[in-house]
Amino acid sequence: MSTTSEALEKQIVSEAVTHRPPHTLPVLPAFDVNAIREDFPILKQKIHGKPLVYLDNAASTQKPKTVVDAICYTYLTEYANIHRGVHLLSELCTKAYEDTRIVLQHFIHARESREIIFVRGTTEGVNLVAHTFGRKNVGEGDEVLITALEHHSNIVPWQLLCEEKRAKLRVVPIDDNGDLILEEYERLLSPRTKIVAVGHVSNALGTVNPVKDMIRMAHDRGIPVLVDGAQAAPHLKIDVQDLDADFYTFSGHKIYGPSGIGVLYGKAAIMENTPPYQGGGDMISSVSFEKTTYNVLPYKFEAGTPNIGGTIGLGAAIDYVEKIGLDVIAAFEHGLLKHATEVISDIPGVRIIGTAKEKSAVVSFVIEGIHPHDIGTILDQEGIAVRTGHHCAQPIMDRFCIPATARASMAFYNTIEEIDALGEGIRKVKEVFG
Amino acid sequence: MSSLNSLYQEVILDHTKKPRNFRAMAEANHKAEGYNPLCGDKVTVYLKIEDDKITDISFQGSGCAISTASASILTETLKGKTEAEAEALFESFHDLVTKGEASGEAAADLGKLEVFSGVSEFPARVKCATLSWHTLRAAIADSTGAEEAVTTE
Repeated sequence: MSTTSEALEKQIVSEAVTHRPPHTLPVLPAFDVNAIREDFPILKQKIHGKPLVYLDNAASTQKPKTVVDAICYTYLTEYANIHRGVHLLSELCTKAYEDTRIVLQHFIHARESREIIFVRGTTEGVNLVAHTFGRKNVGEGDEVLITALEHHSNIVPWQLLCEEKRAKLRVVPIDDNGDLILEEYERLLSPRTKIVAVGHVSNALGTVNPVKDMIRMAHDRGIPVLVDGAQAAPHLKIDVQDLDADFYTFSGHKIYGPSGIGVLYGKAAIMENTPPYQGGGDMISSVSFEKTTYNVLPYKFEAGTPNIGGTIGLGAAIDYVEKIGLDVIAAFEHGLLKHATEVISDIPGVRIIGTAKEKSAVVSFVIEGIHPHDIGTILDQEGIAVRTGHHCAQPIMDRFCIPATARASMAFYNTIEEIDALGEGIRKVKEVFG
Repeated sequence: MSSLNSLYQEVILDHTKKPRNFRAMAEANHKAEGYNPLCGDKVTVYLKIEDDKITDISFQGSGCAISTASASILTETLKGKTEAEAEALFESFHDLVTKGEASGEAAADLGKLEVFSGVSEFPARVKCATLSWHTLRAAIADSTGAEEAVTTE
C-alpha cells in the first residue's frame, strides 16, 4: 500500500469514527450464512439419511475449502524443509511459513512476530510454559493459581509441575451460574503465587471470563498470567497487548484450521529469559559437545522440523476468519446462542448447565432421567452432532453434581433452522424414553 | 425395526428405569469397580461366590441407559451360574454386541441378553454394554475385595 492510500484510509476510518452516533452498535456488514456454508463442503452431507447439523464446534470446527487448498498447494507445489535450504523451494516454503507468523501476530495484536511460537495446540502451549517458565520460577511452597472452569489441559500440566516442585495448586471457585467468584480470586492471589493460568472461555459451560481484569489484578501483585484461549480465539477478537497477557495460547483446529498446529504467544521480555522447551535442530545457534548456544526467539522454542503444512493451513484459516470479521462472527453467534437458549429452555425437563452473564455460543444441558450419552446417540440418528460427556472438565461436572452433559456448540456456519432441528431432536430423545 | 428402536428396546428402557439387584451387598466376598473414562460411567459389581457358584449378585453405579440395563440384566442372568458359565456367557455376549450375532458355547443361553444385539450398530456404545461384564470378570478374579468387604461390613 502506498503512503498516499494509507493516509486516505486513515482519514476515512477517522471520519467514520467521528461520525458514528454515540451509544449505537457499529453497523455490521451483511452476513450471508448460506454463502458461508458453500465454503464448507462437509456440511452438505447427510448423516443417517438426515441433513448434517454440526453442533460440536467447541470440540473441533470444520474446514473451509481455502484451508484445504492451502495445504494441498504447499505439498503439491511449494514444499521443502524450512530455514535450511538455499534452494528456491526451501526459500518459498520458508516465506510461506514465516508469513503465517506475521498473520498470527496481527490476528492477536502481538507487538512482534517473534512472540508467536508455533506449537501442536493449546495443550502443548500450556505444557511448554509449565515446563520452561514454570520449572524455572515455581519452587517448593509456591502456588499456581487456576480456576474451577479449566479444561484438563490447563489443570494437569500445572499439577505435574506442582508435584515435581512440591508447590500447591490453588483453584478459584465458581458460582451456580458458572461465573468465577472474583472476590475469591483476589483472595487467592498470594505472595506465593508464581503464575495464574485461566481459560478465556470455558469449553464446557461457555462462560467468558473477565481475563483483562484478572490479569490486571495479578499484575498489581507482580504475578504473570497465562490465558488458555482455545475456546476464545474462534469467537472473540483477541488483543494480547490490550489484555496485557504474558502468555496466550490456542489451537488451530478450533478456528477452522488443521489439527496438530497451534500458537503460543509469549511476551518477548519473558521468553528471552525462559529456558528452551525441547532440544534439537533449528532451536540452536551453535552446538559443540561442550556447550550449545540457543537460537533467538521464536526459534529457541521451535525445535525440529515443524508442522509446515499445518502452519500454512492455519494461516489460511485466519485469513478466512478475518475476511468475515470477528465482530460479525461474534454478533451472529450471539444470535444463535440466544435462540438456542430459548429453544432448549422451552422444553420441559431440560436444564441448561452454565448460565453465566457473558457466554460464548455453547449450550450445555441435561435432561431429567436421561443420560447424556443416550441423548448423543439419539441426536446422532437425527443427523445432529453434539458432544456428550465430561468435556475434559471433570471438576466442573463434580461442581454441578452431574456425571456429564450434552453440549451444543455453535459456529458461524450454523443456522437458526439447525437450532430448531436440535430442539426437535431433544423432543425426540424424550419420546424414545417415554 | 429402526436401528434406534433396536438399540432402545422396551426391555432395556424398563431395566434402565427400574434396575434390578441395584444395591450394595454387605455379605459379598468378591467386588470390583468399573469405570469408563470416556463417558464417566461407573459401576460396582458385588458377588457372593460359594463353591464356584454365584449365589448372589448385585450392582450399583451411574451410567447411560445401555450400561445400566446391561448391568441389571447381567445380575438377573448370572444368579445361580458357575464362574465358568459366566465366562462363557460373557464371550457369547461380547460377540453379540460387537458382531450382532452371538457365537460360542453359551450362544443359545443368552436369553434376555439378546436385547442388546442392536448395540453392534453403534460401535461407540459397545463399551457401555460391556462395562459391567468387564467389571464382573474383575470381581470374580478379585480376592482382596473379599477381605475388604468382610472387614468393613
